[in-house]
Amino acid sequence: MDLPHLVQKLNERIPGAVVEQQPSAVVIKRESLLPVAAFLKDTELSFANLHCVTAVDRKDKIEMVYHLYSFLHRWMLTLKVFLPNDDLTIESLCGLWRSADWLERETFDLFGVKFLHHPDLRRIMNPDEWTDYPLRKNFDRPDFIRLPQSEGLKAGG
Amino acid sequence: MEQVEQNKSPELRSEELVVNMGPQHPSTHGVLYLELRLDGEIVVDCRPHLGYLHRSIEKIAENRTYIQFVPFTDRLDYLASMNNNLGYVLAVEKLLGLPVNERVQYIRTIIVELNRVGSHLVSIGTFAQDLGAYATPLFYCFRDREKIVELFDELCGSRLTYNYMRIGGVQNDLPPGVDKIIKDFIQYERKKLDEYNELLTYNAIFLSRTKKVGILSKETAINYGVTGPCLRATGFKWDLRKEEPYLIYDRFKFDIPVGTMGDSWDRYKVRLEEIQESLKIIEQAIGAVPEGNPVAKVNKVYKPAAGEVYLRTENPRGELGFYIVSDGTTKPYRNKIRSPSFSNLSVLPELIRGLNVSDAVCVLGSIDIVMGEIDR
Repeated sequence: MDLPHLVQKLNERIPGAVVEQQPSAVVIKRESLLPVAAFLKDTELSFANLHCVTAVDRKDKIEMVYHLYSFLHRWMLTLKVFLPNDDLTIESLCGLWRSADWLERETFDLFGVKFLHHPDLRRIMNPDEWTDYPLRKNFDRPDFIRLPQSEGLKAGG
Repeated sequence: MEQVEQNKSPELRSEELVVNMGPQHPSTHGVLYLELRLDGEIVVDCRPHLGYLHRSIEKIAENRTYIQFVPFTDRLDYLASMNNNLGYVLAVEKLLGLPVNERVQYIRTIIVELNRVGSHLVSIGTFAQDLGAYATPLFYCFRDREKIVELFDELCGSRLTYNYMRIGGVQNDLPPGVDKIIKDFIQYERKKLDEYNELLTYNAIFLSRTKKVGILSKETAINYGVTGPCLRATGFKWDLRKEEPYLIYDRFKFDIPVGTMGDSWDRYKVRLEEIQESLKIIEQAIGAVPEGNPVAKVNKVYKPAAGEVYLRTENPRGELGFYIVSDGTTKPYRNKIRSPSFSNLSVLPELIRGLNVSDAVCVLGSIDIVMGEIDR
């Protein structure tokens, strides 16, 4: 099993899902994420393990990156979905892999990607009240430490 | 008196109680905050709250060169700094296509396995401490680990955060006479492991506290992305060192210990047996270290071609993954750290629902988390 073979299979089963084939990854359409994920998990490919979920801010878009692992074929597959900056929403994979729960919460926390139908989409590391997304490239580091205004030493004090 | 009379009324019922365990609690192994909903002694639900140790290491990585980031990996899983160093360094080397010589491979293997032994010793000691075996097992384990820590101190001048691995090699060659020190340690540790078996493993109280507590099935473990000893304790024989060998693990003979039912005792036992296997690997490697110069000829900066790499290594706590995206400059565009403890902890609410509070502590101890790599 290799990448071109898999892309061919995907094209047969779910036509139009694959957008692009990169050297080590497959890019799919956002709408076809759930059918493609279900196909990868439940058929003979048996990607039983969602190893890692993360995102990369490419400035003009946000790239969702899923690493799926198949114990049967000993194969790590990189699945990508491009999200436009003005609509950062994508279906959650929690229904298929429970590991998606926390990993998606982390991606939401750091990138602000909204996962639809996620059972418990809260920030996981940063404070709930915070509105920034620190791993975005346009994140401007705020002044975390505000020193109290010093009045200086008073003469003869 | 009136109060007592009221409590005896037939309408007496128990209400759910919310107990905050942590963030400062001796058995949360760092700063973890568990919100436990209790019905009497029984845990009805558990909500872990993370982030108390969040230092934004992934953002820091984007502002450092590839070499500058190595010391930060020490601060992820601080009980297994060498293993983190290795995972990162291997990922960057794969990105660069940089070969390393045989001596480096052997030294790395020995050091990493020694660190695995040290890490498992801490895990076993603190686990016993959590169960109320006050101080004795913990001090025994720390006594043994001290020998490893002292060796690392001699090797790289640091006891906890080593910064020993370099891109393309290691920091220093092995100190003279290290063969004998390590061989002596292996002999010493093997005797001590028998002692731990007598002291702890088949101890009646220990068994009654850990057997059939927090049973994790193979399917649940895989679904939650659990890796490492917790996964192997479910009976699933999966170790990256064997299944997808990196470094030179394919040259050594060693077994993968597995459990039978995935309870807390199995997780403990798998770790204890893994120490045995690590000692076997070290013993085979120490006699076969070839000549050569392991010290890395470090460039000031590395500029990998634009591309990406995802590399996993088998850490003491599970599979550590580095996803590094390069844009052709001296700094990584994105560095995602997939830490084993993060996924291992996510299964905790599933495991402790319906158990006593004291058993919840036992299960948490047996999962063996390090908050440094969860919060990053």
